[in-house]
Amino acid sequence: MSKLTSLIAGIIFGIGLTISEMINPEKVLGFLNLFGGWDPSLAFVMVGALVVTTPFIFIYKKQKPLFAESFSLSQKKDLDNKLIIGAVLFGAGWGLAGLCPGPAISSLAIMNISSVIFVVAMFLGFYLSKFINVQSS
Amino acid sequence: MTIINFTPVSAFIGGLVIGIAVMLFFAFNGRLVGISGIARNFLNSNDKRFDNFLFLIGLILGPIIYQLFSKEAVTINITNSTYLLGIAGLLVGLGTSIGNGCTSGHGICGISRFSLRSIIATITFMIFGILTVFVTNLI
Repeated sequence: MSKLTSLIAGIIFGIGLTISEMINPEKVLGFLNLFGGWDPSLAFVMVGALVVTTPFIFIYKKQKPLFAESFSLSQKKDLDNKLIIGAVLFGAGWGLAGLCPGPAISSLAIMNISSVIFVVAMFLGFYLSKFINVQSS
Repeated sequence: MTIINFTPVSAFIGGLVIGIAVMLFFAFNGRLVGISGIARNFLNSNDKRFDNFLFLIGLILGPIIYQLFSKEAVTINITNSTYLLGIAGLLVGLGTSIGNGCTSGHGICGISRFSLRSIIATITFMIFGILTVFVTNLI
């Protein structure tokens, strides 16, 4: 069952990215263009998502997931170098093309060569990260 | 600052739908949606590989299904510079691996849990995204 619910959650997430137009890098770059013509839409996407997720996770984490033994939640608390360096690199890449992982993968739906190049490079980054060792502090 | 192309209603509704997807994945699979983590684990780990694969397939099917029902074409305007796309993709892949999350994992799920790590990560990648756009606009 967890396979089916993974697929369904992915589909709904992809539909959300499409309705909100976050699948379109032009919209995302419009949000990041704070000092030019600014498009605040992305902030409303986050608010929309948080309105649902914040109360739900808070209440439901005391229960048990339906198709798993337990919840897998990150227990990390420390603000280490890895977190900051990773966020800086990600932010730079995000600002260059206007794509983050979700929209990049969803945008493969329109079979655009640009999306394919980005996703291949992103997976190369995931692979190479195994060989990069950033000291925690 | 001038505000342009602002679409608050569709953004908010799309956000609600994204929230519902996160909610279902949490309630059923016991996991929070972090797309960089799902994609990276699909590549690098045998654990729940097929679950992760199906989630990624779902992400691609989402826009196709939406288009089928809405009869509206999905617009995607993206740079066609191979060089830029390659560098950007590599940075996103490396950065989200090192920092353990992206816009969904830190920006939505982490903030939902009031995780200080995720709040700091989100502020950091937004600042650097904004700076990158500012600098590229100058060039």
